[in-house]
Amino acid sequence: MAEPRIVYNEGYLDEQTKRVVRRALLKGVAVPGFQVPFASREVPMPRGWGTGGVQVTAAVIGPEDTLKVIDQGADDTTNAVSIRQFFEKVVNVHTTTHTEAATIIQTRHRIPETPLAEGQIMVYQVPIPEPLRFLEPRETETRRLHALEEYGLMYVKLYEDIARYGHFVTTYDYPVMVNGRYVTAPSPIPSFDNPKMHQSPALQLFGAGREKRIYAIPPYTDVESLGFEDYPFEPQRFEQPCQICGAEDVYLDEVVMDDAGAVMYVCSDTDYCQKTAEAAAAAGQEIPV
Amino acid sequence: MRAAENYLPGFADPVHDAQQTFRAVLEAMSRPGTTYEVAPAVQETLRAPGPLGAAAGAVILTLCDEQTPVWLDDQLRETGTVESWLRFHTGARIVEDPAEAMFVVVADPAHAPDLNALACGTDEEPHISATVVIDTPALDTPALDMPPADPAATFRIAGPGIKGQATLTIAGLGAGFLDQWQVNHSRFPRGVDLILTDHTSVRALPRTTELTALEGRAH
Repeated sequence: MAEPRIVYNEGYLDEQTKRVVRRALLKGVAVPGFQVPFASREVPMPRGWGTGGVQVTAAVIGPEDTLKVIDQGADDTTNAVSIRQFFEKVVNVHTTTHTEAATIIQTRHRIPETPLAEGQIMVYQVPIPEPLRFLEPRETETRRLHALEEYGLMYVKLYEDIARYGHFVTTYDYPVMVNGRYVTAPSPIPSFDNPKMHQSPALQLFGAGREKRIYAIPPYTDVESLGFEDYPFEPQRFEQPCQICGAEDVYLDEVVMDDAGAVMYVCSDTDYCQKTAEAAAAAGQEIPV
Repeated sequence: MRAAENYLPGFADPVHDAQQTFRAVLEAMSRPGTTYEVAPAVQETLRAPGPLGAAAGAVILTLCDEQTPVWLDDQLRETGTVESWLRFHTGARIVEDPAEAMFVVVADPAHAPDLNALACGTDEEPHISATVVIDTPALDTPALDMPPADPAATFRIAGPGIKGQATLTIAGLGAGFLDQWQVNHSRFPRGVDLILTDHTSVRALPRTTELTALEGRAH
């Protein structure tokens, strides 16, 4: 292969930018759930396509790591494939689709079904890091609300959901309270995944490139989804199993099958689905469809 | 010797060594009290000017630059070599007043500046706060049911990043440390964070960690 004409720094970012991101990450870990502003740089993809996650990963990753990238649970979608190839190119890192083999998992909007382990780092791509943004548009005010731990607005919003619809209508980006202090946006993961953040053995890092914020949740930290005593938080549930692998208690995607509107429900986590289907096939089981 | 020491090299492989060192610090900050070894390549190649330890030197090279004012304690300033080495490799400004520093580097833990006199940020911007790098030998931290080697310097720790409870031994600290830390912890989200370095390893105490004296200790 011909030598590439441009040789990028390992991790693409220049060292000064990495130091800025690294210092922000350390303060983020020290103040769990607090959004640390940082000078978000340009990376070779448009803002809104995971530039925050890419910068966090670039500041953390080394050639000894094994990287997995998912987009809505899938390893094989455009965004996931191109970010994986990007890091193969600029860090010379090993990549994988297996959750348990990865040391760093960059994700857009899902947490893998396979339980995370100590030593793993989750990097979330975050579009809107401020959970209060749609309730209070002014940044100066939301900062003050966080400083004063004044989250009444959020509870009013949840209360109105119940008064109007009888249940919480937020099914993704469901707000969490981190370590009993900061109300935090879990990035738009489905509320199905919220319980996985609580006391997770993995370190969770969040990067919002367009909004220029970094935040973090250390391992073994309380992450409580907001709720009321009489109306506690309830994650989404699915009635049926995956129609490919038969797994239950997993997050399902709806796939439209034909023009008549027939649909199929399958695992959103492609790695987990493949693994479960292979295990079922090895055991000689038929998948009930 | 002094002229030669001014030009002690920094990282042999700056990009990779900084990445490896950062990962150790990030893991340490995420799991307070747990010891993380600095990468063997860094241990072998980095010659920090004495009395600055190699791990402390690696942490500073990794995190400091012209945007981070640094304060050095008297032991580190005495020779002048640490200051010039640090200026040369990082471009960081050395400040006289520890309260102005984003990184406070301490080689003599018994005479560390009062933690509560350092920059601790504000309620709106708690991240604009000092990180204190303290060079102190990492003692084996005993299991909870074992008697500690140095009970006076051993604390029970709890908080984010710690599964249940653990103990942590920090050698050589001044008598007021525990009180200072408890104030530091209580004013969350404001506060300072500690990175404890040995020659080859790092540990950390973020402001979220609750320290208590081991039972039975006269305090």
